Amino acid sequence: MANSNDLVSKGRLLDESGWKNRLIDIFTKWEVLLGILFVAMFVYFSFATRYFFDYFNLMNATFQFSEKAIMALPMIFIIMCGDIDISVASIVALCAFVIGVAAEAGVGIPGLILLGLLVGTAAGLLNGLLITGLNMPAIAVTLATQSIYRGIAQGILEEHACTTYPEGFGFFGQEFIPGTVIPFELVLYLVFAVLFAFILHKTTYGRRLYAIGNSPEAARFCGIDVKRTRVINYTLMGLFSGIASVLLASRILSVRSNIATGWDMEVITLVVLGGVAITGGRGMVYGVMIASFLIGYLKFGMGLLKLSGTMMTIVIGTLLIFAVLLPRLLDIYKANRKLRLQQLRSEQGGSHGQA
Amino acid sequence: MSTGQNLDWKQSVKKLFARREASLVLLLILMLIPITIRSPQFISPGNVNTILNDMAILVIVAIGEFFVILSNGIDLSVGSVIAFTGMACGMINESYPAFPAPLLLIVGLAIGALMGALNGVLVAYGKIPPIITTLGTMSIYRGMTFLLSKGTWVTAHEMTASYIGLPRVSFLGVSVLLWIALLVIVATNYFSKYTRTGREIYAIGGNPTAAKFVGVNEARVRLVVFIASGLLCGLAGALWTARYASAVNEMATGFEMQAVAACVLGGVSFSGGAGAIFGVALGTLFLGVVNNALPVIYLSTFWQLFAQGLIVLVALSINTIVDHRKMKKLLEQRRG
Repeated sequence: MANSNDLVSKGRLLDESGWKNRLIDIFTKWEVLLGILFVAMFVYFSFATRYFFDYFNLMNATFQFSEKAIMALPMIFIIMCGDIDISVASIVALCAFVIGVAAEAGVGIPGLILLGLLVGTAAGLLNGLLITGLNMPAIAVTLATQSIYRGIAQGILEEHACTTYPEGFGFFGQEFIPGTVIPFELVLYLVFAVLFAFILHKTTYGRRLYAIGNSPEAARFCGIDVKRTRVINYTLMGLFSGIASVLLASRILSVRSNIATGWDMEVITLVVLGGVAITGGRGMVYGVMIASFLIGYLKFGMGLLKLSGTMMTIVIGTLLIFAVLLPRLLDIYKANRKLRLQQLRSEQGGSHGQA
Repeated sequence: MSTGQNLDWKQSVKKLFARREASLVLLLILMLIPITIRSPQFISPGNVNTILNDMAILVIVAIGEFFVILSNGIDLSVGSVIAFTGMACGMINESYPAFPAPLLLIVGLAIGALMGALNGVLVAYGKIPPIITTLGTMSIYRGMTFLLSKGTWVTAHEMTASYIGLPRVSFLGVSVLLWIALLVIVATNYFSKYTRTGREIYAIGGNPTAAKFVGVNEARVRLVVFIASGLLCGLAGALWTARYASAVNEMATGFEMQAVAACVLGGVSFSGGAGAIFGVALGTLFLGVVNNALPVIYLSTFWQLFAQGLIVLVALSINTIVDHRKMKKLLEQRRG
């Protein structure tokens, strides 16, 4: 009986497809709110400083956040499954260290890129195997590998900085697409973003991630190889940390062991701010993309207004908490509204009938 | 009958060694033997005192982290809470030198408790996952530290001698800092084992649904663990500024990782509900010995980070394997 009642009430709610409901549904979506916030920020900065709304400046500003935005993409997959990886900044440091040392030894550009990607992939794979192999908590394992990966770079490099790179290595992180002012990094990010959006939203692999995030047990009973999927996620994370490290090393052309410190938290912040539930099973790639641009341009704009990085950290921290708090409050609002509507219906004598 | 008793005796020994704390002590001794052979000064009273003093602040913070992890949460904001309270205490000491130094510890406790309470309210009543809440407040509190100090430092000569000297004062041959750490260990051990709220934390961490059915107020427990973490971080912050004789904005950055590492080493389960204060204290000591032993085996301190990570990973693997064995045995017992 309870079930059929449930169905009836759901049927009634489907009836409520008026424009008002549709509007409420759209504007209570976190991604939409994030988009509105982005536009508001954009308009505000454009009026506050004349240096903001400038094509070249806007393009140039993306250098500051493209690498982190790239790393946020595979992090979506990991968090979607209810996992976490707090070792990504250390993977970047380890890859950059290998690239830096190899460059000093005279390895060419293709070799450097290959090394960076290989080391990153291996580090990610190791994370995945450790976590799934012994069934250990992801946060604890990546906490340990966070120290291990950066520890290797620190132990060998000590205070040394690798600063000699082959001619032309600076292209990936510093140059623009020839003939335009669009940074190569940005194009690379957009290509990857489309790729990840396609995988997550249009392939069975993506659907599996949602299934695992909602209930790993149920997913396993449905025949999904949960362990393998999680290992693939971590390996992808490692690979893309490797890509980010190539871009970063190419951009700043100086590698020390403290490179990219704190990036793991920044990357996780982007993903959560983008509306991916930390408990898994909910989120969209475009939400994370909006979050990446929002944070990136917020930093840029506040820098133009000479606001300190301090305010920035406070703003980001507050946004992060609101990103989770607000959808919850909206859910409560929606639920209450539905309840009210239902009561109204039943008071009218159920003329709309038990369909 | 005698065989039965024999079995009991054997089982109790087995039980003792199955406990994380016992295996940790054993591992610590195993590690100390080669180190001491290499360098007998390692266990000299002077060096032991150094290690213990180095670890005193960490153990206070790790115990706060322990309560949060025990309730199946995590507190990433501990470093920022330490920084804010440390900066506040340093600035009070600079502006009002007449303010008695021991009272600064109370100020630290109070500010820390407030910051912890904000975390707790967001988690308990806002229903925001602890990792997100504390990731957010980690940034917010660090930003507040900068706002408070306006980017400046409080240096040693701007602080009173009584405040800087506070952790170093010796009482019965042991520094006040160590006494405070010991007091915290004893008090929190009692709290976690013998008070109702303490047991409720274990219950919520172990099985929230079951705990709620027997009448445990989940929101209250979650609030309590974050206040406890904040309190202890506040105390640690006040001590930190005095011990290092300076308050800088970046102080204790990344300290949350060390605190969590100490808990993992101490056998605290990340799925909540399992662990003990004594284990956390041992885990901290373990980290201290590893850090101090590196020069003995001719490794530069630059390898400290790597060694810590490796030790945590090994401890974690051992914990997990032991746990799996236990579960398997339990299952077999149930079947048999």
